Amino acid sequence: MPQDPTERRVVVTGVPRRTLPHSRLRSGGRYPHRLGHHRPRTEIDEQTTLGHTYVRSLMRSQLRAALVVFAVLVLLVAPLPLVFAAMPDGAGLEWAVLGFGIYPPLVLLARWHVRRAERNEQDLVRLVEDR
Amino acid sequence: MNEKYAVPAVALVVVATVFVGAFGLRISRTTSDFYVASRTVGPRLNAAAISGEYLSAASFLGIAGLVLVQGPDMLWYPVGYTAGYLVLLLFVAAPLRRSGAYTLPDFAEARLASKTVRRLAGAFVVGVGWLYLLPQLQGAGLTLNVLTDAPQWLGGVIVAVVVAATVAAGGMRSITFVQAFQYWLKLTALLVPALFLVLAWQGDGAPRHAFDEPASFREQRVVRVDATLDLKLAEPLTVTVSGTVDGRRHDDARIDLPTGTHRVERGTRLTFTEGDPVPVADRGSNGGMSTSLAEGREERPLYATYGLILATFLGTMGLPHVVVRFYTSPHGVAARRTTVVVLGLIGAFYLLPPVYGALGRLYAPELTLTGDADAAVLLLPDRMIGGLGGDLLGALVAGGAFAAFLSTASGLTLAVAGVLTQDVLPARGVRHFRLGTVLAMAVPLAASVLVGGLPVADAVGLAFAVSASSFCPLLVLGIWWRRLTPPGAAAGMLAGGGAALLAVAATMAGYPGTGAFHALLAWPALWSVPLGFLTMVLVSLATPSRVPAETPAILARFHLPEELVGGQPGAASKEIELWRR
Repeated sequence: MPQDPTERRVVVTGVPRRTLPHSRLRSGGRYPHRLGHHRPRTEIDEQTTLGHTYVRSLMRSQLRAALVVFAVLVLLVAPLPLVFAAMPDGAGLEWAVLGFGIYPPLVLLARWHVRRAERNEQDLVRLVEDR
Repeated sequence: MNEKYAVPAVALVVVATVFVGAFGLRISRTTSDFYVASRTVGPRLNAAAISGEYLSAASFLGIAGLVLVQGPDMLWYPVGYTAGYLVLLLFVAAPLRRSGAYTLPDFAEARLASKTVRRLAGAFVVGVGWLYLLPQLQGAGLTLNVLTDAPQWLGGVIVAVVVAATVAAGGMRSITFVQAFQYWLKLTALLVPALFLVLAWQGDGAPRHAFDEPASFREQRVVRVDATLDLKLAEPLTVTVSGTVDGRRHDDARIDLPTGTHRVERGTRLTFTEGDPVPVADRGSNGGMSTSLAEGREERPLYATYGLILATFLGTMGLPHVVVRFYTSPHGVAARRTTVVVLGLIGAFYLLPPVYGALGRLYAPELTLTGDADAAVLLLPDRMIGGLGGDLLGALVAGGAFAAFLSTASGLTLAVAGVLTQDVLPARGVRHFRLGTVLAMAVPLAASVLVGGLPVADAVGLAFAVSASSFCPLLVLGIWWRRLTPPGAAAGMLAGGGAALLAVAATMAGYPGTGAFHALLAWPALWSVPLGFLTMVLVSLATPSRVPAETPAILARFHLPEELVGGQPGAASKEIELWRR
């Protein structure tokens, strides 16, 4: 492994930080590369059944979020070649859609997904931290 | 084209690349700096670096050339290159960063605890990387050839030397700065000339028949045919010929060619008059990949289009130089946000090549005959504006093109060298990394000098097909499916990626001439991607006892946000040890 484990060791002293990286990112756009220790999450840390349930439910919600956006992408893109082929003068439309029109929806889909995925993660963090 | 300004522009880009790289060298001291810039690269810098790395010769020159020759269907290339990042964001970005692995082989080993799968993934990384490096070097050769009439191999050699030196000297840290710098350089180099070209087009009365099929000549134009070709005429054409057509020599004679196919020998000069439709060139007789791909497209356009869409949408996530970039994000959330910025940046860039393609159809339609369509972007400023302004804009475009070759080649070299250092060479460490760099660059350089003549964007498309059939199943199933086993992963990569690789090789060798079978081989993604997924799932289900014992812990690591998983986000195997404690 290229990563040398002895580097960048950080001594953690004082009270654990309570700010989550998400809220920090939202407020300032600064990126802490080290995250403070929080209360022990024993279920997850010790890989109990409950810990597994947390992970599974997070994976399920994240996969669902991803598949929904993917389905929208497929529905958006898949019919296009057929439409262009079927239309008598599809070339003009093809230039407009592929040259320009398709990019904004792609970026919007990406932003929508990021928001959903981060919310899923925060929900889990809140659930685990506030128990 | 005037080389007075273009050569200094190219030289300036090369010097600036080395200089920015040297700036990174001063702060790149540890091994970790070397490979992943110590994982401290913020999302804006990282997004610009990812975009700079991703926008290759295929994007800068190839798309405009393809659109010029084959029409708007080719716009699916930039759309696919962009949408690939959306798919990567949906299924891969954050878990991949949280896996803590550095290369695709690292990921395979961390997820499946298998040396065999690791080696197989390494072999595919090197294969895809070399397949992708080849067109970069050839694009550089073409650019220098168009600008200065230098021999075709010289540009490739310059790029190879500069890239190997920068990568070996500075590693990832310097590459990050170089790439980010080169994104903005490339955007400027296409945007500024495009604005002037559009103004020139408007001043010309804004002719709109760029979208007509077929393109036609706007003024009298002399075309020199560099390689023997067959002209397909849909209607009779009167043309002035100096040279040999259909086996008969003509000397500046005006002849009538009836409808049908006519053979034009190399070296012939054809003079077309205003309003003549641009005839369709068919290079089937002298081999070459663009022909075979284009023919597959002509016969089965819908199949080819869907094959292209699938390959680019799913192939992006498996490109070695793209994946490495995600390890430099500080955490999973940043990796996701970085990807959104990347989508915006490359989407903005891809608005430009179609402009050049459309203008090329208007002002340089004869490029479809000379076989140098990839040079359209370079030739347009001179053709449409001319004079000092045209020369300066042409120089800017040339500099941007070189930035494209340098940045993509750097990223690919870094990824391939990383695999070679870790899995092939006996010892690791910085000195062997430098040896790996030289090896990573030497093979495609030799191939580009020896083989020559692959059209840039098509060759890149083939690399995407192989990546989509091998790494896409590995990443998606590895991240989302608990029952993946090492034998399943190995079999899936071999079946999907191997089949795609063989199909690509057969197409490049010109094996089956025509027919449905040929289209299947030229655009393999549509069957090889499902084959890869299916094999991986079925073999995994057949070997349930081989599911790695750490799977739940590893998947938890992939998906849990960092704040729930204390400890250093370091290399994957270290993480697993942490988990077991």
